[in-house]
Amino acid sequence: MSEPIIVCQDVHKWYGHFHALRGVSMEVQKGEVIVIFGPSGSGKSTFIRTINRLEEHQQGTIVVDGIELSHDVRNIAAIRREVGMVFQQFNLFPHLTVMQNITLGPIQVRKWDKKKAEQIAMELLTRVGIPEQAQKYPGQLSGGQQQRVAIARALAMQPKIMLFDEPTSALDPEMIKEVLDVMTELAKSGMTILAVTHEMGFARAVADRMVFFDAGNIIESGPPQQIFSNPQEERTKLFLSQILSH
Amino acid sequence: MTTSASSRSDVLPPPSERYTLLGWFRKNLFGSWLDALLTLIALAFAVAILVPTVRWATTSARWEVIPNNVELFMFGSYPRDQVWRLWLCLWLLALVTGMLWGVYVRRRSFMSLFLIALPVLGMLFTFASGVWVHYAAMIVAGLAGWALARWRPRLMSSVALVGTLLFFPLVILIIRGFSEESFLPGVATNLWGGLMLSLLISVVGIVFSFPFGVLLALGRQSNLPAVRTLSILYIEIIRGVPLITLLFMGQVMLNFFLPSGIVVDRVIRAMVAVVMFAAAYLAENVRGGLQAIPKGQYEAADAVGLSGFHKMTFIILPQALRAVIPVLVGQFIGLFKDTTLVALVGLLDLLGIARGVLANPAWIGTQLEVYLFLAFIYWIFSYAMSYASRRLEVALGVGER
Ligand SMILES: Nc1ncnc2c1ncn2[C@@H]1O[C@H](COP(=O)(O)OP(=O)(O)OP(=O)(O)O)[C@@H](O)[C@H]1O
Ligand SMILES: [Mg+2]
Repeated sequence: MSEPIIVCQDVHKWYGHFHALRGVSMEVQKGEVIVIFGPSGSGKSTFIRTINRLEEHQQGTIVVDGIELSHDVRNIAAIRREVGMVFQQFNLFPHLTVMQNITLGPIQVRKWDKKKAEQIAMELLTRVGIPEQAQKYPGQLSGGQQQRVAIARALAMQPKIMLFDEPTSALDPEMIKEVLDVMTELAKSGMTILAVTHEMGFARAVADRMVFFDAGNIIESGPPQQIFSNPQEERTKLFLSQILSH
Repeated sequence: MTTSASSRSDVLPPPSERYTLLGWFRKNLFGSWLDALLTLIALAFAVAILVPTVRWATTSARWEVIPNNVELFMFGSYPRDQVWRLWLCLWLLALVTGMLWGVYVRRRSFMSLFLIALPVLGMLFTFASGVWVHYAAMIVAGLAGWALARWRPRLMSSVALVGTLLFFPLVILIIRGFSEESFLPGVATNLWGGLMLSLLISVVGIVFSFPFGVLLALGRQSNLPAVRTLSILYIEIIRGVPLITLLFMGQVMLNFFLPSGIVVDRVIRAMVAVVMFAAAYLAENVRGGLQAIPKGQYEAADAVGLSGFHKMTFIILPQALRAVIPVLVGQFIGLFKDTTLVALVGLLDLLGIARGVLANPAWIGTQLEVYLFLAFIYWIFSYAMSYASRRLEVALGVGER
């Protein structure tokens, strides 16, 4: 296989005295789709947020696309340009239109001219299925539409990696599918994806690898069919039986 | 979607609330024995206060103290042959207001009538003297600005913005003037006075305290310990001191600090004190707005890759400032009224002039008339500001979403 695009080695993170990440090591290949799952409080969000430095790790190394994350702000900026993120609560900018939400990054960070940025934004909105909402404000959209705008906003920076932190957990059931469809399409297009999610249907269909987190570390990882049919660890079995039972 | 049309007929109309005048009286004022009693008592009080007041205002009040000193009240000792420069400022104001109105106010509003009524009233009152011409020119300038904006909305919206930004420095230049021989001979600030001085101090206070206060608010949240400590020190020290103390310190103590020979003009000292004072309070209000911004907004801006500066200017400050507009306008209204304190350090603002007029033996015993006039003027300006802020809130959609 080719060079891994993300390499994490023995990553530790403390919140005060609380040891949230306890030596996480993981490699992600280009184009790989990884689903991270595990009980609440196990450190899933903390882990993927260290990858674009929304959280700082205190020990170990993280290398993204050949750049090591350190205190050097230039490295952080360079990595953030290559990594898009989608949040559970969408976090759209409420005072800007959908179009402005999407084009702000490309214009200010990538220094594209407005015309090019808007053209690409329209293409992305068409891709996520809501080109007609471009001039609305986020508050005028449904949750599913907002999350699709958030995906378009992240894609507009033309990232090499996309991080999703429970993108469907704040959505009503009828809107979950429209977001998962967009994510599935994205996964099939060859994007490198790290997604924290408990949508097991999505995981079974598109994940190359599933990673089970508990108590701040990776307990088990493997392809979906192995995780679902033959989990090695007791904790994985227990957790899967709990979430698959309803 | 087809069902809504058919179901509309089933929906009951809201109950009609038509009252006769008598019905309204009965319902609201004489609903019960207690209501009736309270109404009558209130009526008796109103009559007891109103009747002597009206009698005083129409018979024994010496209102001539106002028209006889109106120039003093308006601009103090500004040289009478240079007063056209003040009018010039007012024409410019009318022009800019007209443009902004044409660009931004789409619906017909009561306020536009009020804005036109002001100079018309001015004209009526000054018809005997030659002054009415200036008011007429204001009306013409205002209407011209409005018509221009309606004629070329695109172009004029940028012209109006530039005009608004340039207006203030231009006004100071026109009022201050240059050297003696020039087209605009210099007028020393000790000749500035009256309403003009009150307005200038307030506007300088508002315009300069705003950026300063925003910077302080950001400084208070900064990650750099030195910046944060200095900001906190500044804010807390200034907020612990009354404005009048700052004004006195400005007038008296500045001389100790400055090398001898350098004289800083008294009006400027007062302006600096007002700006310093207002900035500290403004910083605290803006901080309130900053704290209301959810953490997710910072994270989303980071994740998109925006720099710290872009994050603040495009994401955080626009939302924070919008949320605190009502508070800021309230603060500006307070600031405008607080500028009367400069009278206590000897400046001749509206209040200072009033005290001067009342000290004149010819006008002894006219306190009530003069202070009522002052109260009226302050009320007009304060009300206009709070009206404008409510319009701005609606236009910017504060409280929505
Ligand atoms: N800012 C913080 N300060 C202190 N503790 C924190 C902070 N953020 C997270 N934690 C703690 O770190 C642990 C891991 O949190 P994290 O959000 O990564 O969990 P998670 O696996 O994403 O859980 P969930 O499924 O509930 O989102 C939790 O116990 C949480 O209480
Ligand atoms: Mg989480």
